Amino acid sequence: MLNKIKNLKSTTKVDFATYFGVIVAFIVITILMNQGMLKRAHVGMLVPICSYITMAVALNLVVGISGELSLGHAGFMSIGAFTGVIAAMSLTSAIPSEPIRLAVAMVVAAVCSGAAGAVIGIPVLRLRGDYLAIVTLAFGEIIKELMNCLIVGHDSEGLHIIFNYNGSKSVEDLHMLTDGAVIVKGAQGTVNVDTISTFAAGFVLVMVTLVIVLNLVRSRSGRAILACRDNRIAAESVGINVTSYKMMAFVTSAALAGAAGALYGLNFSSMQATKFDFNQSILVLVFVVLGGLGNIWGSIIAATVLYILPEALREVADLRMLVYAIVLIVVMLATNSPAVKNVLSKILPKRRKEMD
Amino acid sequence: MEFLSYLISGISLGSVYAIIALGYTMVYGIAKMLNFAHGDVIMVGGYISFCAMSYLDLPWPIAVLLAMLVCTVLGVVIEGLAYKPLRQATSLAVLITAIGVSYFLQNAALLIFGATPKVYTPIISGTLKLFGGQLSISYVSLVTIAACIVIMIALTLFTDKTKMGKAMRACSEDKGAAQLMGINVNGTISLTFAIGSALAAVAGVLLCSSYPTLMNTTGSMPGIKAFTAAVFGGIGSIPGAFLGGILLGIIESLAKAYISTQLANSIVFGVLIVILLVRPAGLLGKYVPEKV
Repeated sequence: MLNKIKNLKSTTKVDFATYFGVIVAFIVITILMNQGMLKRAHVGMLVPICSYITMAVALNLVVGISGELSLGHAGFMSIGAFTGVIAAMSLTSAIPSEPIRLAVAMVVAAVCSGAAGAVIGIPVLRLRGDYLAIVTLAFGEIIKELMNCLIVGHDSEGLHIIFNYNGSKSVEDLHMLTDGAVIVKGAQGTVNVDTISTFAAGFVLVMVTLVIVLNLVRSRSGRAILACRDNRIAAESVGINVTSYKMMAFVTSAALAGAAGALYGLNFSSMQATKFDFNQSILVLVFVVLGGLGNIWGSIIAATVLYILPEALREVADLRMLVYAIVLIVVMLATNSPAVKNVLSKILPKRRKEMD
Repeated sequence: MEFLSYLISGISLGSVYAIIALGYTMVYGIAKMLNFAHGDVIMVGGYISFCAMSYLDLPWPIAVLLAMLVCTVLGVVIEGLAYKPLRQATSLAVLITAIGVSYFLQNAALLIFGATPKVYTPIISGTLKLFGGQLSISYVSLVTIAACIVIMIALTLFTDKTKMGKAMRACSEDKGAAQLMGINVNGTISLTFAIGSALAAVAGVLLCSSYPTLMNTTGSMPGIKAFTAAVFGGIGSIPGAFLGGILLGIIESLAKAYISTQLANSIVFGVLIVILLVRPAGLLGKYVPEKV
């Protein structure tokens, strides 16, 4: 058995260690939760953490592995959150079991936001570098504003949707029957949502995401995606269809972000579309970059630590974002500045060997 | 007449975008980095001029100069502390650092000035009435447009005629070759940041004069839009930033008036996407073919 593990490729070892780590973390936290050793405030953070981990891994697929900077991933999370909530709320009577309803909502969210990813990806992936980044930013802002105009209700006749683009319509314009309930109320966002997300569901989502992303990266397609990142022209010249592989990574990432959004949306009784703004996209991007580009377990750890950090600093409430900003700058300088690297290599003999 | 007044307010808003976009585009041209903290330098400029006028009772020209001075120093300090050590790092690392600086400035402002928005007193009040009162233009709009044109001309002359301007253009074209010709590349980059930040201070004063609520996030949305404007016109190009800014302002103002207030930003970004698909390097940007 040990020999078998030793003979595995190093990437496979890392992948298995990642799965193992997530499973162990889940078991430990579940035990702690059942023993009542976690505070309420901490338990409340578990589902958002799972959702951010999924977001970070999904974004890492685009930024780290496919090599395209996306500044609008919160838009996919937003599409997932809203479609997921709408699906879950309108299926309340059809699917009484909460876990199944949650799963269906996540699948619907993943499909919708994957479709949006395909529609956006076609124009976006023809651009390069910073221009691509700015267009994803633009799409993220557009999605935010469109979601802000949505008014949706559900009654026994089915869904009622209006698009309130000039601010003149209200819930009354849905013309719902008396048994109807409003799900999305324009700028106020989702209202009276059944919070059916659970930590176990979050864990399953993270595991599914890991299986999808890690298997994609280690497959033939994954190697093609990496080749396109490392040298687009060389990849093209050996017959790799660059756009379609980039598209594959982008759509997968969008779908996973959508599922993460559904988990997130169904964790809060109300949520506004403005939550998923540029800052949200940046927040997830920070997780990815600090965790290491292309490094999946790095994303998981960075998402967890950086989500907890501002909450843990709540005691120094006024200063916490300031501290967060300073941590961000210092970490970036420490890991990227040649001067700091030199000092580190003198202190740590191991590093020097690597540099040689 | 209504259309004309929307158009003028659009040009005035666009002038502010253009001034901010100039800062973005110059920094991008020379340092090849997206300086996301630029929007927050605008906010700092707004606060400094606000304090100078409201607490110290200084006349507005001195307040503007003071804001420019503080922002210039701030810009150079930010560049020296946060960006200079990362000259060789990947562009993403620099981007995240810039975001860190942006968070830092926003939250420092929040700590110092509090969460309640300040009401900014416009540097010039009153409106100009034309056509028997049918068309009214605020003096602030006129000052904004005039300031934008003056800055634009001065900057073009500076980059075309002066030695330092030539050094800037040389650095943005090829840093290595510029260094070999005896140009102080680091000094030139610092100078670019200084000019960009001084412009951001002016933009802050003008922005707050037109939209008089000042808070710690005042600069972020105009910053993003100005960045869009810079890309729209072709990032790295000074006339492009001017053109992009003005067009963006006009589109935003007309979309707000005639189509939908809620979707005004979406329309602006939609136009940007279409332009980039047709002209991938922006309106006035140079398309550089890839060499293998």
